[in-house]
Amino acid sequence: MRKLTNNEAGAGVNSVASGMGDSLSHDSAIKHVTGGAQYVDDILEPVDLLHVATGQSTIAHGRIKSLNLDAVHLAEGVVDVITVSDVPGDPDVSPVYTGDMLLASAEVVYIGQPIFAVAAISIELAKKACLQAKIEYEDLEAVLTPQQALANESFVLPTRSFVKGDVGEAIESAAHVVEAQLHVRGQEHFYLEGQISLALPTEDGGVHVISSSQHPSEVQKLVASVLGVNIHQVQSETRRMGGGFGGKESQAAVLACIASLFAIRNRRSVKYRMPRQDDMVQTGKRHDFWNRYRAGVTDQGVIVGVQMELAGLCGCTADLSEGIVDRAMFHADNAYYYPAARINGYRCKTNTVSNTAFRGFGGPKGMIAAESMMEDIARKVGRDPLDVRLDNLYAPGRDETPYGQKIEQHMLRDMMEKLADDADYRNRRNAIVAFNKENADLRKGLALTPIKFGISFTSTHLNQAGALLHIYTDGSIHINHGGTEMGQGLHTKIAQVVASTLGVSYERVMVSSTRTDKVPNTSPTAASAGTDLNGMAAQNAAEKIKQRLIEFVASDSGARSNEVTIENDMVVVRGESRAFDDVIKAAYMNRVQLSATGFYKTPKIHFDKETGKGHPFFYFANGVALSEVIVDGLTGEYRVSQVDILHDVGNSINPAIDIGQIEGGFVQGMGWLTTEELLWDDTGRLISNSPANYKIPTSYDVPEKFSVQLYEEPNREETIYQSKAVGEPPLMLALSVWCALRDAAASFADYKFSPPMNAPATPEEVYYAISAAKEYSSQ
Amino acid sequence: MINEQVVEVNEPADRTALQYLRANGLTGTKEGCASGDCGACTVMVGELKDGKVQFKAVNSCIVPVGQLSGMHVVTVEGLADQSRLHPVQTEMVACHGSQCGFCTPGFVMSLAAMLENGDPAKIETVQQGISGNLCRCTGYRSIVQAGMNALGRDYESRLQDPVFFKDTKPPSLGSVQQPLNESALREAMLQYPQASLIAGGTDLMLEVTQRYQSFERLIDVSRVTELRSITETQDTYTIGASVTYTELEQFFANRSEQLVSLLHRLGSRQIRNCGTIGGNLANGSPIADMPPVLICWDATLELCSSAGQRREVDVNEFYTGYRQTVLRNDEYIAGIRIPKTSFSAFTRFYKSSKRIEDDISSVMGACLFEGDGVKITAARIAFGGMAATPLRLRGIEDMLVGKLVNHELLEDVSAALGKAMAPLTDVRASAEYRAAMARSMLERALNEFSGVSKPLVMALELHA
Repeated sequence: MRKLTNNEAGAGVNSVASGMGDSLSHDSAIKHVTGGAQYVDDILEPVDLLHVATGQSTIAHGRIKSLNLDAVHLAEGVVDVITVSDVPGDPDVSPVYTGDMLLASAEVVYIGQPIFAVAAISIELAKKACLQAKIEYEDLEAVLTPQQALANESFVLPTRSFVKGDVGEAIESAAHVVEAQLHVRGQEHFYLEGQISLALPTEDGGVHVISSSQHPSEVQKLVASVLGVNIHQVQSETRRMGGGFGGKESQAAVLACIASLFAIRNRRSVKYRMPRQDDMVQTGKRHDFWNRYRAGVTDQGVIVGVQMELAGLCGCTADLSEGIVDRAMFHADNAYYYPAARINGYRCKTNTVSNTAFRGFGGPKGMIAAESMMEDIARKVGRDPLDVRLDNLYAPGRDETPYGQKIEQHMLRDMMEKLADDADYRNRRNAIVAFNKENADLRKGLALTPIKFGISFTSTHLNQAGALLHIYTDGSIHINHGGTEMGQGLHTKIAQVVASTLGVSYERVMVSSTRTDKVPNTSPTAASAGTDLNGMAAQNAAEKIKQRLIEFVASDSGARSNEVTIENDMVVVRGESRAFDDVIKAAYMNRVQLSATGFYKTPKIHFDKETGKGHPFFYFANGVALSEVIVDGLTGEYRVSQVDILHDVGNSINPAIDIGQIEGGFVQGMGWLTTEELLWDDTGRLISNSPANYKIPTSYDVPEKFSVQLYEEPNREETIYQSKAVGEPPLMLALSVWCALRDAAASFADYKFSPPMNAPATPEEVYYAISAAKEYSSQ
Repeated sequence: MINEQVVEVNEPADRTALQYLRANGLTGTKEGCASGDCGACTVMVGELKDGKVQFKAVNSCIVPVGQLSGMHVVTVEGLADQSRLHPVQTEMVACHGSQCGFCTPGFVMSLAAMLENGDPAKIETVQQGISGNLCRCTGYRSIVQAGMNALGRDYESRLQDPVFFKDTKPPSLGSVQQPLNESALREAMLQYPQASLIAGGTDLMLEVTQRYQSFERLIDVSRVTELRSITETQDTYTIGASVTYTELEQFFANRSEQLVSLLHRLGSRQIRNCGTIGGNLANGSPIADMPPVLICWDATLELCSSAGQRREVDVNEFYTGYRQTVLRNDEYIAGIRIPKTSFSAFTRFYKSSKRIEDDISSVMGACLFEGDGVKITAARIAFGGMAATPLRLRGIEDMLVGKLVNHELLEDVSAALGKAMAPLTDVRASAEYRAAMARSMLERALNEFSGVSKPLVMALELHA
C-alpha cells in the first residue's frame, strides 16, 4: 500500500499560502468526519413538512385502463395526491429532447415509472398509501434488449455514423480479420446519498428548492416550467451531494418538480427523498451496450480498418442518450489509430428506465470494444497484447481520429513504456506465463491498458461557466461559481485558484452553496469539466478585482500599476508592503468595487453533428494502468492482486484530490467490470434492485499493492494552472482489470484463443470464459 | 444512553435507532440503504459486560431503538472530546479519507469501534472492520490507511469508564420486551403470543424498512442469558441461539479454521455483531450460510415452547419447505448442539458469491469426510442455494463411503450431483453455474482430502 507522503508531489514545490499545487484537505473534511456536513436530509425540518412517495407502474409497457386512487386519498396521513393532470405547466421534464413525463399519463413505459404522487405527513405513510391504489392495465408488447430494439428499429434518436476512408476495402484486403460481439452491462450509480429535494414555497408564488443535484440551473428551469411560472420565481440551491457520478445530472429534477408542485398546491414545505430501492428502480443508470466489431489487421497486428456497431440501451426516452452514444463513438478508438473506420451508434429504445449520464458518459462503452479488440488481435497474431497496443497507438502522421480531430499531444507511448518499466511488466509477464504452465487451476493474468479521454462537453454551448466573487471589508473572501460539489473537491480547488490569483492565503476564501440566484444559467457539473470551466471563471472574477486593487494602490501611492504586486497576503508597491486587510479597508473607503463576476467559455471547439467531423475536444486526458489478477479455474473466482497507475492530470492543482479521483474512479470502474451486475428479468423488472443483490466493491476488493503516480507534464492548452480534468478518465483505467481477467482465461488455451467474455466479469462470467478456453484447448 | 447522556426513550417497537437519532437532531448518522448493506448509519454501541465496557459497531438502520436500552450509543457527533478530534477523525482528514462525506460517519464509527476494542493495526483487520461500509468515491485506499494510522496510535478512551452506566436502567419491558432469562422469555411469549421474536434483527427489520410492515411488539431474545452462552460437555458444544457470528468467530478461532474463514464472508462486521446463529436457522432461508455447516457437523437443535416443553430436532429435519421449518409459533430455538467429533474430521466450507465480502451466497457447500485420505469411511455433504431448503446429499455420501478417491469416482459423483439438485436462475447466479459450482466444490474437497491438490480455502486465500 502506497505511503501517503508519496501523494504530496506538489508540497514544497509551490508552497505559497494560496495552497496552489498543494495537497490540501477537502474543504469540508472536518465537517465530514464529525457529522457536521449538512446534506439535504439533514436540514432542520420545517414543522409543516410533507413527505412524498410515488405509485409506480408494475408493467413494462401498457395503457392505463383505470386508475382508482380513492383509497390512497383516504389512507392515514395523506394530505395530497396528484396525477399528471394536476400539473399546471408543462409535464414534460426532458433535459434535451422530449418524452420524459413527470408522471405517466395514458401509457406506461417501464416498470417503476411514477403514475401518481402522494404527499403525507411521513415518508412511511406516503409509501404505505401508495400501495392502496387500484390500477388496471392493458399490456402492450415490451422491448427489453438492444437486440430486440435493433430488430424492431426501435430508437429514441436517429443512428449516427463516423466514416473515415473505405473500411470495407481495408478489412477485406487485410492479412487477418478479427470479429466479435460483446455485451457490456450498465451500472447503478449507487451514490451513498439517494436522490432528494426539499421545496419551500416563497411569497412570490415560486419556490426555493434545495436539492442534491449536479445541475441546479436545470432544476430551476424545469421546476418553473412544471409550475408554469417564470424562471426568476424559482431559486435552486445545492450545497453538496453525497455522490453524483452523473446520476444527479438530469435525474434530480423530477424530485424537485414533484416536491415543488406539492409545495405550491399546499403552501407547505415538501421533501421528496427516494428510499434506496425506489432510487435504484426509478432513476436512470449507465447504459447497457451491445457492441460488435470487425477489424482488419496486418501480420503484426496493426489495424488497417475497423467497423464497429455500438448499440446503447437508452431505455424509454432520449434523456442524455444523444451525447452518451456520441461519446461511445468518439471513444471507440480509445488510443488507437484506425486508418479506415466506420463507427455506427444506435440509440435503442426499450421499455426500461431511461438511462442517463454516468462517469465516462458512454466513453467506457466504446473503449471496452477497442480494448477487447486489442486482446483478440494479440491472440490472432501471437504477440504480447502490450506490443500490439503500442504498435497501434496514435503517432505523428497517424493522428487523425474517425471524427476528424487530430491528436496533437502523443504522450501515451512514453507513459506506457514508463509504467511497463517501473512496474516491471516484461519480467512479470514471463513469470506469469511460467506460473500458469505449472498450475492446473490457479492462473494469473496481466494487462497494461491506456486511456485517452476527450475533454469538453460535446454539446458545445455547455462549455461556459460563471462565478461571483466578493471581498468583504475584513478581507475575507466569498466565491460562488456554477459548479456543484459532489465530493470531487471542486470547491477546494476553486478556493485554491481564487487565493492563488489574488495572492492571498487559502484560508481567506470560502466557497458556499451553488445557487441560481448568484450565478445564473449554469451548465451541469459534468464531463469532468467542473474545474476547467469554473476555475477559469473564478480566476476571471479574481483578476478583475485584483486589477482594481492594483490600480487603486498604484494611484494611492503614485506608482505605476506594474509596480504593484499582491503576494502572500501583502500588497507590495515599490518595496513597501501593506497588509491585504488594510488595503481592502482602504479600497472600500475609496469606493472601489470589491465584487466581480467572472465568465469563461472554452475556445477552439466545434463539431458538426451531420457530417460527424470536427474538433469536439479541447484536449485529451491520458492514463495507463497495469493490473494483475489471480483466478481460480474451478470456480471463476478471482482477486485483483496488484494495480499500478500512471495518470496525466497536467499540472495538478491539488495532488491529493487528483489521486483520490484516480483511485476512486479506478475502483468504481473495477466494480462496473467485475461484481456489479445490473439485471432485469424477462418481464422488464429490475432484479438487482438493492445493495443486497447489487454489489459495489468493498475495501477487500481493492488490492494491497495499489500505486498511483501522476505523470508530470503541464497541459499544453491554456487551462486553469495548465491542469487537466480528472473526474471521469480514471474510471476507464479499470479496463486493465477486465483485460487481465481475460488474459488469465486465455492462459487455459495457451494464449492461442481469445475467449469471449462479457462485462461485468463476475466469477460466473470468468468461469464461462475459462470453460470456452478449455474447450478450445481440448479440440 | 446516547453520547454520554442518559435519555428516556418511549418509541414504537419497530422504530429504528437511525430514525430516532435523526429525529432527535443527530443527523450525522446517515441513511444510505436502510437495509444494513451500506454502513452509512453505523454507530457504536457499548455494553457493560462483567464490569467492563465493550463496544461494537452496528447498523442503526435495522436496530429497533428499544433494543438498545441500558446500552451506550455513540454517534459521530459524540466522538470528539470537546473540540479535539478523535484519532480516527484526525487520520481520516489527514489521509484524505473523505470525498463526498456521506459514508464517512459510518466509516469513522466502524474504525472507532476497532480502536475501543484495541484491534491491531493490520490491513486484514481494518478491512474486516469496515467490511460493512461502502464508499463510492475514494476507492478505500485512503480510508484503510487512516484506519491503519489510527490503530497504530496510543489511544486512551474516555468512553470505557463503567461510571457512564450508573444511571442506565435495566432492559425495558415495553414495546420491545427484553427478557433476561429463559423463564422470563417464555412468560413474555405466553403474554404476547402474537409478538415476533427478534435477535439481531438483521433480517426481520427489513420487513419494516423495506416492506413497510409494522410490529406492534417485539420480544428480544438477545439478552436471554442461557441463549447467549456456549457450553461444553465432554462430547459436545452447545451454542445458544442468540450467540452472534462475531462471538462464533471468537469461540471457533482455534477450533475450526474453515468456519472462521467462512464467517469472514458472512455479512459484514456490523451484521456479524448483531446477527445470530439461531436467527440464521429460524428465518428458514434456503441460502443461509450456517445450515450446510451444521448439517455437516451433525448438529441437533434444541427447541423449546412457551409452555416449557423441550424437544430435539436433527438439523436435517428442521426444514420442511421454502422458508418453512418445524419451528412452531409458540417455540423458540434454545440452542444448537454439535458433537466434538465433527471437529476432528476433514471439512471444507465453500461459499460462492459475486463479491467476496458481505454478499449472499449463490451456492454454499459444506463437506465432511472421515477416513485416511485414500478411502472415505464416512461423509456428510450439504448445499445451500441448490433447492428450496438446505440440502443434504445422502445419495452422494453413499456413493463415496468405502470408495477410493480417484478420477473415476469424481466423474461418477459429478454426474450424480447434477441429478440430485434443482437450482434456480436468479439475480445471484444461473442454474447452470450453480450446478457447476456444486461440482467444483465437491471435486476440490475430494482432491484436497486425497492430497491431489493443495488446500485452497475459498477465494479469500487467492493472495498467492
